[in-house]
Amino acid sequence: MKQLLQIELFKIFRRPRTYISFGIVTAITFVIQLAMLTDGKSYMSFALQGVNEQFDIHGNMINGYFITYIILQTLLIQIPLLVALVAGDTLAGEATLGTLRLLLTKPISRNQLILAKFMSSFIYTVLLVIWLAVVALGLSVLIFGRGDMVNIKSDTFILILQNDVLWRYAAAFCFAMLAMTTIASLSILLSVFADNSIGPIISTMGIVVVLTILSNLDLPLFNHIKPYIFTTHMIGWKGFFDDPVPVRQIGISAMVLIVYTVAFAGTTMLVFNKKDIKS
Amino acid sequence: MASPILDVRSLTKSFNHFKAVDDLSFAINKGAVYGFLGQNGAGKSTTMRMLMGLIFPDNGSILINGSSFSNSQRHLLRNIGAIIERPDMYGYLSGWENLKIFAALSGKNIKTNRLHEVIEMVGLKGREKDKVKAYSQGMKQRLGIAIATVHEPDLLILDEPTNGLDPQGIAEIRNLILSLSKDHGKTILVSSHLLHEIEQVATDIIIIHKGKKMIEAPVGELLHPDDTRIEITLQPAPGLQQSINHSGWAQYSPEISDGVLTIKMNPAQIPALNKWLVEQGIEVSGITTQHSFEAYFLNITHETTAADRTV
Repeated sequence: MKQLLQIELFKIFRRPRTYISFGIVTAITFVIQLAMLTDGKSYMSFALQGVNEQFDIHGNMINGYFITYIILQTLLIQIPLLVALVAGDTLAGEATLGTLRLLLTKPISRNQLILAKFMSSFIYTVLLVIWLAVVALGLSVLIFGRGDMVNIKSDTFILILQNDVLWRYAAAFCFAMLAMTTIASLSILLSVFADNSIGPIISTMGIVVVLTILSNLDLPLFNHIKPYIFTTHMIGWKGFFDDPVPVRQIGISAMVLIVYTVAFAGTTMLVFNKKDIKS
Repeated sequence: MASPILDVRSLTKSFNHFKAVDDLSFAINKGAVYGFLGQNGAGKSTTMRMLMGLIFPDNGSILINGSSFSNSQRHLLRNIGAIIERPDMYGYLSGWENLKIFAALSGKNIKTNRLHEVIEMVGLKGREKDKVKAYSQGMKQRLGIAIATVHEPDLLILDEPTNGLDPQGIAEIRNLILSLSKDHGKTILVSSHLLHEIEQVATDIIIIHKGKKMIEAPVGELLHPDDTRIEITLQPAPGLQQSINHSGWAQYSPEISDGVLTIKMNPAQIPALNKWLVEQGIEVSGITTQHSFEAYFLNITHETTAADRTV
């Protein structure tokens, strides 16, 4: 199993496509940082209008912590796409290449192969989120410095003290890893049904976009199903920037994501174990 | 007699309502090279995929060295090497890296020396570090054979290993198969649509048609010289069919159509027939002997297709 995982990781990290994701994360982060560097003050005064009438705010609110939060919000849709780009290719890509045939003529079980694909996709996802943490948080702090962080919501304004921020980001990035693992599992499941990788990648994004819209629509029709949709819980990381931190709600969100991940993985194994390899 | 290395019993597989393989049974003895023949869509690839666990049979069983394949697939696959359809590999990796990956997955501890050995055996020495995407079809086929044999399996299953190759590539693969059989003692099941190639490497033949087995026999038994199909191009002559039907040649089922006399007999009798035709005042402009094996295959499949049409 260890050898199979090593081989899967070797294949992932020898493909140029893998590094596109890291490049895109870096580029988007850099663009936002550049925009905030040149035009951050007007953005901040726009964001704080209304709040300024009630509070007397002193000091520079544009710091590395604040910029990181903006970057994370912006990348909410892009990161799942980047995860799907690799995870959706794991099985379907092998089918397209014809290597799935060759792999399965070797003495490895289908469950082992799926497990290795899941684990390698998980490791890729973790590395991508760590990279995001390095370029978003690390670079933003380096450029904009540290300070107290403001979390501006539609109806509230939360001030988090400088020495209380870092653990929140660590927890938020861990939560993001879990959410992205759910996306990776969905992509791998969809890739079992396809013989080319474009299908699963587009399908994953379609599902994420549609369910995200459902999660955000404030209509009575959808309100009772929202708690069961995984996209509702993918933004659970934001809870770490509330005061107090809604630990119970974050726990529920994490559980829902874990249940979805396990369900996607289990279904993948069931389907793949019965599938005739005709590609 | 030793038990067969591969014993296929009543294998059946349908896709929707199409029966791709129908109650197929055959056995392969150790050390033999079996040619697995059939027209396109006859069920060769589906059978080979079932033998490798890629497709699940609806019915039937596969025994390898007496053990049930479905019960001990992982264990048994350690002793089988295969190329199924095309030898597809990771184009972004080198031939060496591909070989290393699949050797690692073979379930055996394979030393680097062995990798060098198979690279040399298949004639890829000096090109093993090149990316596979830069390989020709022939090189890919040879790398495929390296991957199939690197773990020194007893049984090789090669599905159309000469597909897409030029004559030189075909000859190379043919020599490789002969060497694997004679020098390395491998048992080989090889499918191809190139009948002449199969005839040169196979000790035994299995012919399937529409998923059913038509023939399973040693090549020597099938290729009797008396069954050679001979075509004689001649000047059309009224009454010739009647004359020949009343002559001693009638026993060889002669047929005349569009100025061509087709007859099935031993090529040694061609001079006598030619002499008889000249005596009848018939001008002969050409004589061709159709390859006996090809004729045999065409007869078998043609007869079955014709019988199907009649039904």
